[in-house]
Amino acid sequence: MAHDDNSGAELAAAASSDHGPENNVSTGTAVVANDAVENPGFPPHRQRVTDLNPKKERTAERTVYTLFYLSIIGSVWAIAAYMLFPIEPENLLSVRLNNLFIGVGVALALLGIGIGAVHWAKALMADHETIDERHPVRGTDETRARAVEIFETANEESGFGRRTLIRNSLLGALVAFPLPAVVLFRGLAPEGQDPVALLNETAWEAGTRLARDPSGVPIKASDVTLGSAFHVIPEGLSEMDHMLEEKAKAIVLLMRLKPEDLNEREDRKGWSYDGIVAYSKVCTHVGCPVALYEQQTHHLLCPCHQSQFDVTNHCAVIFGPAARPLPQLPIAVDDEGYLIAQSDFQEAVGPSFWERH
Amino acid sequence: MSTATASQASASTAKKSGGFTGKAANYLDERTSISGAVKEFGRKVFPDHWSFLLGEVALFSFVVILLTGSFLTFFFQASMAEVHYDGSYVPLKGVEMSIAMASTLDISFDIRGGLLVRQMHHWAALLFVASIGLHMLRVFFTGAFRKPRELNWVIGFVLFILAMAEGFTGYSLPDDVLSGNGLRIIDGIIKGIPLVGTWISFLLFGGEFPGTAIVGRLYTLHILLLPAILVLFLALHLVFVIVHKHTQYAGPGRTEKNVVGFPILPVYAAKAGGFFFIVFGVIALIASFFTINPIWNYGPYDPSPVSAGTQPDWYIGFADGALRLVPPHWEFVLFDRTWSFNILAPLIIIGIFIVLVLIYPFIEAWITGDKREHHILDRPRNAPTRTAIGAAGVTFYAAMWAAASSDLIATHFHLTMEGVIHALQAMLILGPFVAYFITKRVCLALQKKDREIALHGFESGRIVRLPGGEFIEVHEPLDEYERWRLVSFESHAPVILRPNAEGKITNKARLRSALSRWFFEDRIAPATKKELESGHDGH
Ligand code: FES
Repeated sequence: MAHDDNSGAELAAAASSDHGPENNVSTGTAVVANDAVENPGFPPHRQRVTDLNPKKERTAERTVYTLFYLSIIGSVWAIAAYMLFPIEPENLLSVRLNNLFIGVGVALALLGIGIGAVHWAKALMADHETIDERHPVRGTDETRARAVEIFETANEESGFGRRTLIRNSLLGALVAFPLPAVVLFRGLAPEGQDPVALLNETAWEAGTRLARDPSGVPIKASDVTLGSAFHVIPEGLSEMDHMLEEKAKAIVLLMRLKPEDLNEREDRKGWSYDGIVAYSKVCTHVGCPVALYEQQTHHLLCPCHQSQFDVTNHCAVIFGPAARPLPQLPIAVDDEGYLIAQSDFQEAVGPSFWERH
Repeated sequence: MSTATASQASASTAKKSGGFTGKAANYLDERTSISGAVKEFGRKVFPDHWSFLLGEVALFSFVVILLTGSFLTFFFQASMAEVHYDGSYVPLKGVEMSIAMASTLDISFDIRGGLLVRQMHHWAALLFVASIGLHMLRVFFTGAFRKPRELNWVIGFVLFILAMAEGFTGYSLPDDVLSGNGLRIIDGIIKGIPLVGTWISFLLFGGEFPGTAIVGRLYTLHILLLPAILVLFLALHLVFVIVHKHTQYAGPGRTEKNVVGFPILPVYAAKAGGFFFIVFGVIALIASFFTINPIWNYGPYDPSPVSAGTQPDWYIGFADGALRLVPPHWEFVLFDRTWSFNILAPLIIIGIFIVLVLIYPFIEAWITGDKREHHILDRPRNAPTRTAIGAAGVTFYAAMWAAASSDLIATHFHLTMEGVIHALQAMLILGPFVAYFITKRVCLALQKKDREIALHGFESGRIVRLPGGEFIEVHEPLDEYERWRLVSFESHAPVILRPNAEGKITNKARLRSALSRWFFEDRIAPATKKELESGHDGH
């Protein structure tokens, strides 16, 4: 048995004389006790039932090959299931069955191999642990000396350390050569556009009608009953180029409160219409749609990080990580009774950015 | 003449060593020198322990990800051009969506087995990140990162981050509402970065959010760039495992100079190979029974709708939660520029956390000054301060992670949102200290108990009455093998602050001694031979 090569005393002596494979290395703050308990060496080997009982051994053998045969059955079953359970168009159940039966077959095929192999290793393969010696990770002193010598020779033969002009100019060239590649990445975004200008404007213009999201049907002031909330887009959004980009900035929430519930600032008195107010739906935190309106409290809640905005107070932040109120869209009513925007938003909507002020 | 004999001789040995296999082996070896590799590695020893399987789960689930992912690339189309969906899933028929979304639906509903492979890919990815995380915890708490494995810890940690990046980019590809919303959040975070944020976002999305470029770009990252780097680092990681040889737990017969376990051929190969199939099979089984990421319920990306209770994949939760824990109004305008500390603060804190985890092995090595190689793993209790630091780190992470589900916690337990957030804010700051303190005390108590058992044996449950009438419980002594597990560790003593050669005490020395005191002032030494012989611990 391999274990018998190492007696306990030998091991213990080795362990206490020097802890690691290297000699004479600082032990730091470790307290190396000189009367530490000795390593008792390997405990006596215990045989498995399959070593002792030939019947058990045969059972184990049978289990292993049965598992491998089951695996074959699983593979065959998976192929059969591929044909037996085709996907019928517009039939969700067929998709589910296809997924289930192919999957179960594949799983059986894989688990059969896996469990069989592990069982084979554990119950039948030779059960004696073996021992490898460790050597320090560092190279031997000769190897290291030779490596140093090679570098020195290379330095000598090339003059890398001596010819400083050559060396430094090479280093400079190596630093400079990847820079053009970095510059090329400017092409990732279209040229001739200024992101800051784009972030400061949306599709809303004076006179744009407020329309329902997603149908695009314009909204009359009379449709907006007390306590209701509408998801709003500018009319004609679906015909715009860059529809999604425009929509990402232009979405608005429209709510009607009792006019006396609104705490309106002097300069914004004219921005609402008979208790109807419109606010950007893009969260000022990192830009999720602020989709949840709590009718009783007049709070808007952003589902992403739970920022809450108080609609009665110009959507000031009352909780959560957002810092700024939701921008308000000034609205009015046209002669046909439809709600329209008085202008674009007066500030950039959505998440903060560096150049925003 | 001599060449002829030589070739005859080698031919005859090949024949002797048996038919086709022998010939094939000979053919190969004469062209590749492969016998050298077999000789070198064929009987290499790997120690056995369940906790060593965590790394294997990570490796094997990555293989599953590569296999299933390759299948998916044959069908997925990373284009954001709009089409009207015309596949088998009735509720979305005629809906306008990107080709990316439509092709993902086709994989799910029109290709036999496509849904299975897609779900296996996603489940395997979740398992990949989870097993790396657990593997890292195992390595941390057993001190497996000590010399000579510090660099491999760093490589492994980079792998963890790459795995999360792979997860996030993959999650974003189908272009459904949830993935688009995730990208919206990323866009918002990037825009909050001072100076360069606006432009980075503009370049990343190829113009304004969402644009039509991002899915294609993430696809390149997801299937080319990130996997290439990941495979490279994975290979390095494994090479180092071979170079260092695997660590082992303390046990009778095991020393710092040997590795005890089963040889690669045949036992370890059979076990690990079999385990690969088990991991693969379990993933297949989960994928056939449990739906994951049902994008057809979410619908194509639209910037407007989002429902309550939306969640990122769990491994991104800590970042999302960190964003939620910021108190209101952490943003201000200075020098006519916007400083979004509601975004910067979490970024900086997570950044510091990551750096601390990354360099922990070097910090500990500096404090202990221990330059020896360590191949025997610590039991967590025998390194109380390290274990307590780990527990503090886990608590910190857990607070951020729980915050990502603050709304679900609130609705599920009928609490207010504000209450949950405030509790988690407190947990983020106080929790680590509490966890640190408790863990350290528990470790020390366990160590004391170990010492007690090593010296006096364990309680047998048998009560006897002494002649004097006194009742005592009989203590059974341990056998030497059991005892060895309890006494075979080293303790550290705090460094004593001493002037250096010039008679000065440097600040560096002061810091090191302070840290060392923090680490090691509560210390329980292993029982020594003398104590064992005298049968008591001398107090
Ligand atoms: S995006 Fe609204 S709270 Fe974060």
